[in-house]
Amino acid sequence: MLFGLLTGRMDAVASAALEGAGDAVDLCLGIAGAICLWSGLMELMRRSGLMDGLSRLLRPVLIRLFPESEKIPGALDALSINVSANLLGLGNAATPAGIKAAKLLRGEGEAGGGLVRLVVLNTASVQLIPATVCALRASAGARQPFDILPAVWLASAFSVTAGLIAERILRRFFK
Amino acid sequence: MSIIIPALLFGAAAIALLKKTDVFAALTAGAKDGLSVILGIFPALVGILTAARMFRASGAMDALTALIAPVLSFVGIPAETAPLMLVRPLSGSGAMAAASEIITRYGADSFVGRCAAVMLGSTETTFYVIAVYFGAAGIKRSRHTVPSALIADAVGFLAAALFSRLFFPG
Repeated sequence: MLFGLLTGRMDAVASAALEGAGDAVDLCLGIAGAICLWSGLMELMRRSGLMDGLSRLLRPVLIRLFPESEKIPGALDALSINVSANLLGLGNAATPAGIKAAKLLRGEGEAGGGLVRLVVLNTASVQLIPATVCALRASAGARQPFDILPAVWLASAFSVTAGLIAERILRRFFK
Repeated sequence: MSIIIPALLFGAAAIALLKKTDVFAALTAGAKDGLSVILGIFPALVGILTAARMFRASGAMDALTALIAPVLSFVGIPAETAPLMLVRPLSGSGAMAAASEIITRYGADSFVGRCAAVMLGSTETTFYVIAVYFGAAGIKRSRHTVPSALIADAVGFLAAALFSRLFFPG
């Protein structure tokens, strides 16, 4: 607003406000179909037990990442459900399991290393197929909405790895 | 890449049938969830997209972009994605709005548009996740969580720019 006054572009700013509100309708309608289809597919995967299979596959990896979880009953289950739901993009299933794991992994009143690693894992996206992003691209007229997948996977992998390495290094400086 | 989605649709349906899951009921129940997600983010999108458009029309966006462009171009990130990177850790619907603005403005198949999509797809709403988890676990001192998570975001953005460039030259 202030910037618009200074630069004398108030007319443009006023019409931009209305256009922006219209954009929101276009955006939501543009991706609604794809989002609904995708949510449907994910629900199908959850009900048919694919998510449970994936979480069993993840257990050996997670034991190495969270060695303390072996001693806490239920922690590894909650962790593997959290990570497999994140991989599939099932936010609704990932958060309750993640919170359960967080409660099991917490230290005395402050975050222990395992809890920090869990949160870092959840703040870095590990989703295999970012459906919303692809729906956005499709509604903007991308020739192949899914052609960004390899780039997304590699960027995610770099991001998660960097977060976990940073956790290991920074741990010493935050007592 | 195009094989992945049809294969996934087909595979999921086949496995569900083998396990005697009601495919259509699961599909429609999930789709209903999807609809409530859309309805849930719509009010926020109206606000954010309006603000974003006004910000751009006022010229403030160009000024901000010009200000940080030298730093970003030094590390290989297109300056046009600056608004997305700023809101990404703070607001999920804000980031979606910012990315959608960039993608429609520069084109879905342009380098900038692709880079924005990869950035959005490979990062999360960091501060929201931290608040939810530590709030639920009743933890006050987050210690090194915030710096570690922000380093992950920064590396994600760098890698998004790098791989968008590598995979889609020209």
